[in-house]
Amino acid sequence: MEKLVKVKMHLNKDFFAGARGALPILIGVIPFAMISGVAAVSVGLTFWETVGMSVIVFAGASQLAVFQLMTVGSPWIIMVLTAWVINLRFTMYSATLAPYLKKISGWQKAVLAYMLSDQAFGISVSHFVTNEKVSHRWYYFGAALTIWVAWQISAIIGALLGALVPASWGFDFAFPLSFMALMFAALRDRPTVVAALAGGIIAVLAKGLPYNTGLVLAIFLGISAGYLTESLNPRQGVSL
Amino acid sequence: MTHAPNNIWLLFIAIGSGTFLLRFLFIYLFGKIAMPDWLRRSLRFVPAAALAALVFPALTHPAGHPDISLQNFRLLAGLGGAMVAWKTRNVLLTILVGMVLLWVLEAAFGI
Repeated sequence: MEKLVKVKMHLNKDFFAGARGALPILIGVIPFAMISGVAAVSVGLTFWETVGMSVIVFAGASQLAVFQLMTVGSPWIIMVLTAWVINLRFTMYSATLAPYLKKISGWQKAVLAYMLSDQAFGISVSHFVTNEKVSHRWYYFGAALTIWVAWQISAIIGALLGALVPASWGFDFAFPLSFMALMFAALRDRPTVVAALAGGIIAVLAKGLPYNTGLVLAIFLGISAGYLTESLNPRQGVSL
Repeated sequence: MTHAPNNIWLLFIAIGSGTFLLRFLFIYLFGKIAMPDWLRRSLRFVPAAALAALVFPALTHPAGHPDISLQNFRLLAGLGGAMVAWKTRNVLLTILVGMVLLWVLEAAFGI
């Protein structure tokens, strides 16, 4: 019995360590979530639709992409495909985290997977590399839940603030601006720069294609261009 | 003005369930399937390619048709925002500078 209590305390300790580890990164999470809330209202979503999307999707960049596509009247299927493509990166996080979360049940995996975010992944994996003794699932759970809660509260505040932003401000311009900041953060080496240039230029050239299909085409050709560039010039020691 | 499509909850559920599977798949199937190498290497390029494909046309086609000119305030303000994004990688700061540039350009040279 005493041993069990000790184990439980240990687990809670790691949970709170994860939560504490997430605190500094909230400086980036909170404004981004608020922007997503303001943006949702600016494209005409109701308060409850904004909250619902934030909980159901919980992936900011893809949500903003869908809003931008709504403003240009894209078809449904393009919105879904674009969001999925942007969220493909989660498979990479999922595969990297999998060995740390292997000993838990299926539904627990489902809950932890649902909360997966760029930030929860980054904090947890960088912590695990230097701290082997930590309970991985509790540390990850603490970090992921902290980020999830902060995101949802901030998105709600954003949705409330969004009603105060007049349409004349041209807030839809905030979409490409926010993608720009995220894009520069994704440029790590020559192949990623090639991927961005190819994706961007092809998207401009293919803009006239029906049903906004040029966007999905451009993303896939951009990825291919980066892949080819890397294959032609083997790694220069950058791995991520 | 509303841009929200019909069946918006179906849209959320379609995006959300697909995104959940992307998050869940490899955690759930650990040890049963491994990610193929070509896929792992390709995924690295998704953010750069996807975000650029969203940014570029929004600047060059602000009203749906191509406009590469000094009258295209979104292109000019976007280039200013790009400088900030490049130097800081800060979302909030990039939005602030880009939006202010757009308002200033519209107030100074707009119709």
